Amino acid sequence: MATEFSFPDTAAKNAAGEFETEKMSLSMGPSHPSTHGVLRLQMELDGEILTKCDPILGYLHRGDEKIAENMTYNQFVPYTDRLDYLAPLANNMAYAIAVERLAKLEVPARCQAIRAITAEMARISSHLMGLGAFGIDTGAWTVFMYCFTEREKLYKLFEELTGARFTTSYTRIGGLQRDVPEGWTARVNAFCDQFLPILDEILALLTRNKIFMDRTVDVGIISKADAIAYGLTGPNARGSGVTIDLRKDKPYSGYEQYEFDVPVGTKGDCYDRYLVRGEEMKQSVRILKQAIAKFPGGPWYATDAKRIFGPPKEKVMSSMEELIQNFMLVTEGPQMPAGEVYFEAENPKGILGFYIVSKGGGVPYRMKIRSPSFCNLSILPKLCVGNLVSDVVSILGSLDFVMGECDR
Amino acid sequence: MSEVLTALKAKFPQATDRPSSDHPAVNVPIGELVAVLGHLRDTGYDLLMDMTAIDWAEGASPRFTVVYHVMRSTKGGDYVRVAANCASATDPVVPSVVSLWPGADWHERECYDMFGIKFEGHPDLRRILMWDGYPYFPLRKEFPLAGIETPLPDAEITAETGAKVIAAPMQGGPFVASPGEVNLTDAEPRAKDESWSDRRPQPGQEPLKQVKE
Repeated sequence: MATEFSFPDTAAKNAAGEFETEKMSLSMGPSHPSTHGVLRLQMELDGEILTKCDPILGYLHRGDEKIAENMTYNQFVPYTDRLDYLAPLANNMAYAIAVERLAKLEVPARCQAIRAITAEMARISSHLMGLGAFGIDTGAWTVFMYCFTEREKLYKLFEELTGARFTTSYTRIGGLQRDVPEGWTARVNAFCDQFLPILDEILALLTRNKIFMDRTVDVGIISKADAIAYGLTGPNARGSGVTIDLRKDKPYSGYEQYEFDVPVGTKGDCYDRYLVRGEEMKQSVRILKQAIAKFPGGPWYATDAKRIFGPPKEKVMSSMEELIQNFMLVTEGPQMPAGEVYFEAENPKGILGFYIVSKGGGVPYRMKIRSPSFCNLSILPKLCVGNLVSDVVSILGSLDFVMGECDR
Repeated sequence: MSEVLTALKAKFPQATDRPSSDHPAVNVPIGELVAVLGHLRDTGYDLLMDMTAIDWAEGASPRFTVVYHVMRSTKGGDYVRVAANCASATDPVVPSVVSLWPGADWHERECYDMFGIKFEGHPDLRRILMWDGYPYFPLRKEFPLAGIETPLPDAEITAETGAKVIAAPMQGGPFVASPGEVNLTDAEPRAKDESWSDRRPQPGQEPLKQVKE
């Protein structure tokens, strides 16, 4: 017969308040696997329950906005790679369009299509990374391996297109670094074809997984009102039922031509955010296939903007006028009118915005980067309180942030 | 002029048009800022997308301008830009909008951190990207790009190790050009090292001669 243990004293003493309790202070990060970078959470714990959570940022602050004020518009393109370094191509595009809006410059259809294709590929690769890391946070290693295999294929394609796997610096103001190589779009198409069944396989590892569901369903619920009040954007806001997707609401770079759906969650818990990201990848594949099917010809840079986009390289070395044009562009930067512009693009992590104040010339007077990760993290002090420490790991994984972008 | 601005200016006669080429924009007196943004929030522009400041450099009047971008949460892409000038150049103060949007908390902390603008009514105004006790406001125009040498945040460690934050650590180092100094080849003797080159003379071989036309 099994012995039954009971502690009659404990309950009585607890009710009478005879036990001395004190809150514990715990620091999570800045170097912690689940903080995805260098975020530090200063937590106050009552047992295992958080009573206070104070995120400490700035470990990756490089002063990008200050740097932008001191260089020409094209020189800043490599710095945009290092904002959300899991989707550099999407950042490149957002920045280029923001400056082009300032110059009231419209790039040709082929350039727009290439940018949209690269941005959607960046979205898939970013979500794959987010999904893989989320899997590890909740104890599922296999997902990470599957995701990285697929991500590697995308990086091969990025390398072929831009010459770099990670820090692509692909766009220029008024165009691109170069045209797509021959047969590249067909290879992207082939990637899409083989990716969809594998994506289903990846999602099947998690969607009905008992352990994963226990860790995510009803954990970290963000109400729709909270998502709006804290300025959440991207999959985190859409998981809570906010329907904003700028590709749909205010199309840029030719997104109005493509048919796609915007997945929206109902409850706003970690599981909903996971589902939204999974579906978004499928929609990105849809966009990619359409963009490749109607891939336009013609010039891949703005040919009518001599003070903004440089001449073809082969002409620089053979023709005087092009040499002068190239020289002026490199030394003085793309010439912009005075004024101010605010442009936002729907990036994988949320809405990335650039606010540029120009006094004319080739250097911005002030540039503000509205980074989605910064705004998405600002809800943490409210979201984490009342949860278990282990749930914080799930919540951080589901928010899918990048500190390079948060700290700038 | 857009409808939202017409309605706004009817309610707040002191608001004036702000020259803008992209979104409806309005300048408001700093005292009406919270009322104007509250009105916008209640009429559908309920997402505070971005909040920042501009420093118009020392001696300019007004010196600091705060700029807000608000958007509809029902349909993205419709922005309104609201700007207000700070009254004082030495001690800029702006009323906080944390009561309207809790998400403004971090934006205002960042703005304070970078520009030294104080937000009246902010529940917890302290630095966010730089450490507590950092003595400068880096995005002000007089702050140099290279930075300024400062002691590290932890006083005990600084006392023991003598370590400090060095401004622009690469300045004057190898392969870093700075105006008015020697050129890179002189600053960096390694640039002259040709031991890696296949044009250097091999043992037992005549040195290569410069061929002239």
